[in-house]
Order: sequence, then structure tokens, then C-alpha cells
Amino acid sequence: MNAGIAAPLLVADDVCKHYPVRGGVWGRSIGAIRAVDGVSLAVESQRTLGLVGESGCGKSTLGRTLMRLETPTHGTVTFDGRDLARAHGDELQRLRREIQMVFQDPYSSLNPRMTVGEIVREPLVVHRIGSRAEQQERVRALLETVGLDATTIDRYPSEFSGGQRQRIGVARALALGPRLVIADEPVSALDVSVRGQVLNLMLRLQRELGLAFIFISHDLSVVEHMCDTVAVMYLGRIVEEAPVERLFARPAHPYTRALLAAIPSLDPRRRTGAVPLEGEVPSPIDVPRGCPFAPRCAWVIAACRESVPALEAVETSTHRAACIRRVEVAAEPLSVSGAPRRVTGASS
Amino acid sequence: MSLLEIDELEVGFDTEAGLVRAVDGVSLSVERGRTLGLVGESGCGKSVTAASVLRLVPVPPGRYLGGAIRFDSADILTMPRDELPEIRGRDIAMVFQDPMTALNPVFTIGRQLREVLALRFGLAHGAARERSAAMLGAIGIPDPMTRLDQYPHELSGGMKQRVMIAMALLCRPRLLIADEPTTALDVTVQAQILHLIRELQRESETSVLFITHDMGVIAEMCDTVAVMYAGRVVERGSVVDVFERPRHPYTHGLLASLPRPGRARKSALATIEGTVPSLLAPPRGCRFAARCTHHRQLDPGSAQRCLDVDPRLPPDGDHPVACHFPLTASTIDRETA
Repeated sequence: MNAGIAAPLLVADDVCKHYPVRGGVWGRSIGAIRAVDGVSLAVESQRTLGLVGESGCGKSTLGRTLMRLETPTHGTVTFDGRDLARAHGDELQRLRREIQMVFQDPYSSLNPRMTVGEIVREPLVVHRIGSRAEQQERVRALLETVGLDATTIDRYPSEFSGGQRQRIGVARALALGPRLVIADEPVSALDVSVRGQVLNLMLRLQRELGLAFIFISHDLSVVEHMCDTVAVMYLGRIVEEAPVERLFARPAHPYTRALLAAIPSLDPRRRTGAVPLEGEVPSPIDVPRGCPFAPRCAWVIAACRESVPALEAVETSTHRAACIRRVEVAAEPLSVSGAPRRVTGASS
Repeated sequence: MSLLEIDELEVGFDTEAGLVRAVDGVSLSVERGRTLGLVGESGCGKSVTAASVLRLVPVPPGRYLGGAIRFDSADILTMPRDELPEIRGRDIAMVFQDPMTALNPVFTIGRQLREVLALRFGLAHGAARERSAAMLGAIGIPDPMTRLDQYPHELSGGMKQRVMIAMALLCRPRLLIADEPTTALDVTVQAQILHLIRELQRESETSVLFITHDMGVIAEMCDTVAVMYAGRVVERGSVVDVFERPRHPYTHGLLASLPRPGRARKSALATIEGTVPSLLAPPRGCRFAARCTHHRQLDPGSAQRCLDVDPRLPPDGDHPVACHFPLTASTIDRETA
């Protein structure tokens, strides 16, 4: 399987999702929240793309837009060559089988009044696949695939632990035989000791079923372990994208550096100590002019405030960053604090 | 003498199914100016232990079943109820995980901070306002005077958590109890808050009891660490000792399950199979035995001992462990080989 030659499974081109802000007496649109603002990305078959960023950066909205739970305001999403953003009717139904989602909270994403069997069977019922007996058979097989005993089929979600519930969520996502699974913070709500179980399950499913994943997470150490490529989002845009080893070794966007520096070290002899980033993420209603990260950036120069930097290559075509100083930033050795050793050109 | 000593604390909750012993014989101490980390997974009893220090466990359904908590030689659990407010806030302050519920939504930030200062130091309105603004500035909140006139809903989550911390620190407490203070926050905000706690600790010699499930935060913040499992402390020691030479198989399992740089990408992570036992009827012997990989490698006689005899944490020593057959460097190498 050579992913370099085959066309990517999913391609997003300049995808925007804006939500109108209404105000005034007539409830007219007075502005927009640019939750996702011009995102282009590609997911290769059988690979994992990590989508990282902090609360409100738009990563979940992007995930929902890519699977058409939200209709993009602008831009195209193609899945296996077919236009997903504008598909409707039967075509959309067929495409929806190919992309499924695993949600963050295994407590609220499973209906407590349905049995495990009903939960996992529901997608088959909705898409009218197979007879009732065939569906039951498929459900049993799915439960075993995710490491649950098929005898649990008549039990309710409340009888399961968090890790087991997340397995049920994974079984449901697999019911229609998707080729792409979007996992939105799939282990964030789980205890440390069961996180590994769910992550291992995802890795095994990828190997055995040839799944592609979009792995949405704010936990960079999990992303580093799980993903092939990583896209970092800030205020609705991708600010950096690279193969995982490269992103962690030579981050070219100051925001990526700050995120990396904020990960607590697991070595008590090598504490990170410093504060990587001052200030707060600006409101997506009122994005500053120029580079949206400029107000918090330790590398900022006057030119940063003039226009929004485009995502451009850093040394190789697979590594792109939206920073006019990307080459300098990538060349700077990673210090523990993530800030440049000398702050150059800091302006007001 | 330690600032805070918890001695064989037992706290239970009456439920329809019976008495749940959430904390079952926990002993800890926090030294002056030092940070103790209390780490463990949901339901291990770490938050109940922390809440007990301020006697905040709701009674009923909760009950203090035994043990003692001594703060600077005052006995918290037997102290008359009307003396508790003296300690709460003044000597011991607490920061909770969820800042959304800990601030009063109908009063401005300024009023809530002033109230603390008026109670604690008897400060008048103007002086209290100035001191509050200075504290907000010190913890990195821009434009503090404006913030004082805002209501909690006008602030972001990270901002509210910082206000909570400001409130706790304005009292200049001798002990700060931080119960998962950064769990709901983004990594960069977490780094800001951890930095803040460290700074203030350096300035005012505050002791900190830091409760978290995040091993990274423990490594980053603490001098000593106590690992809890199923209502018990299973291992205690300096943070370097516990991270570099874990002696309890549970601690070792937790550390081994974390993805970290240098570990082969997309390789299977170590896991701890099974689930935590019910605290309604905990096992007779070791509570971790059913999930313990180390246990499975013992000879039958030794393995039986784990099931029959409850291993208790020795009260003394630099690095005590509640395990009949603690790990050593060689057992860890053999098992991971």
C-alpha cells in the first residue's frame, strides 16, 4: 500500500464554517464567528491525521464539517473523489457510511435507555442494512472486534466502565464499515490506565481493517504516539502541518512551539518551569488584523500585523507553516521554554 | 513538625447498597513550604481526602469513621463547628476543579474578592479593591481594574480559574489545597497557572496539597507524591524516587501506560487490565492483586499471600509501599523484557 501514489481518501479545500452573530432589533446578522476559516487538508487512506489545538480553535467544528454534520459555508470536501460538501439524498446517505465518528464523552454519547445491542445496531437500522438476524450477527461480531464479550449485548451502558463504554462507541462507529473514523478527543474523559486500552484498540483496528483516522485531541503526547501527520489549529485556521516526527522535532510556528513547551515533563529532574505563552486566545468574532497569533507571539515583528500569513512550505513540501519567520523558527533549537532565546523585534 | 498531618483517615458514604469506604486508612503529611502531590484515578478517594482537610465532606451521606487530621496541631475533625470558618480561607484555602461553580454568578469579581479581604484582614472597601487589583495583575490578568467590575460569566474558563486562585492566595493561606485546578484547562493556560502557584509558593512559603490524575503535573510541581488506589495510599516518596524507581506495580503500570517521547510510535501502550474493585466490599487481601501483572508471575504460595493478607503502608521510611513483593530494578527489567 503506497499512500504516496494513491489519491488521498479525503480532501478538504478552503473549508469555512461561519456562524452568524445576530443583534439589533431585527436580529440581523451583524458579524460572523469564523469557527473554521479556510482549512485545506488531506487524509491518506489507512493513515492517521492528528488535529490539535486548544478549546475554541475550531477543531471539533472542523471534524463535524468534514463529515457533513455541519454544512460548510464555503469550500469543498471530497471523499474518494466524490463531493461531500454538496451531496444530498441517497448520495449523502452512501457517503455517510464511509465516515463515522467516535465522541469524547462515553457517558453522554450513548443513550442510557438503549441496550448495547440496540446502540450498535442502530446505524444498520437507519441505513436499512441486512435482515434483523443479520444485524444481530453483525453486532455480535462488532462487540468481539472491540474486545467486549458478545453476551453483554442485552446490557445497558450504565453497567459498563468508561473504557468499556468507549469500546461500545467504537463498535457503533464501525457498524457501517467506514473507511474513515473521526475520533474527537476519544480518550480525554478516560482514566489514565484505560486510555492505553482504547488507544491500543484504535491502533489494532487501523491495522486490521485498514481504517483512516482523524484524531482530534489537545493532548500532544497522545497525538505524537497515534498520528502520522499533525495539523495544528489556532482560531479556525491551520497554522502548521507536518509529518509527526518533523513537527515535534522542528516546529516552525511559534504557537506549535508554545504548545510543545507547555506539555508537563514526565521527568521530575527536568521540569519545564517557564511560562510558554502569555495572554488569551482572542475572540473568533473579533480576530486581530494580520497574523491572529501576533498579540501573543514572542517572535512578532512589525510585518506580522499587516496580513494573514499563508500556509507555506518549510524546507520540504510536506511541512507547512503559516508564519513569515517559519524558517528561522524551525532552525531555532527547542529550548525548554519554547520562546526564542533572544526576543527579536518585539514591538508594541 | 509537619504543617498538616493526616493519620489513618477513614471516610465513608452511606448508600442504598451499604457503606462505601471512600477513604480507608490514609496517612499523609505536608511539610511547611513544600508540595505534596496526591495522584490516582477517579474514585480512588483523593478528592474526599482533600475535602476532609477542610471538613467539607457533606454529612450525611458522608461520615468520618476514624483517624485524625492535625493542622498545626489543631485537630480538624473534632474541632467545634463554629471554629471551622477561622481555619477555612485564613489558614487553609482550596481551589476546586470547576471554577464555574465555585464563583457566585450574581456578584462581581471585585465584590467577591473584597469580601474575602474584609473577612480575613478587616480591610475597608478602597484598600481591598486596590489589593484585589494588584493580585489580579500579579497573576497575569490584563486590565485588572476593569475585571473587578465584571461578573464571572464575562470571563473565560482560564480567567475564572485564575480568579479562584487569586481569591485563595489573597488570604495568604499557610496551606493551599488544589484539587485538579488545571484539569479543565488548555495546556498553555495550565502552564500559566502552575507557574503562578510556584511563584506564590516561593514568595510566601505556602505549603501545597496538589490533587491530580496527571502524572506530568505531579512531576512538574511536587516535592513528594502519594499514589492512591481504591481508598488507600499504596506508595509514597520523593517525586524523583517514585518516578524513577516505582515500587508498587500500580504506580509502575500508571507510568508505563503514558505515551512519551522516545517510545515507538503506534506501538501498543502498556495497559492495566481490569477495573477498580468495589469499595462496598473490597477484597480481603491486596486491592490491586486482580489487576497486577507482577502478581501473576509469583509462585503459588506468594500469590496466595497477596489474596489473603492486606498489605498496609508502613508508617515510616522514605519510600514506603503497600505491597508484599515490591518491585525492584531487576523485577521491572525482567517483566518488561
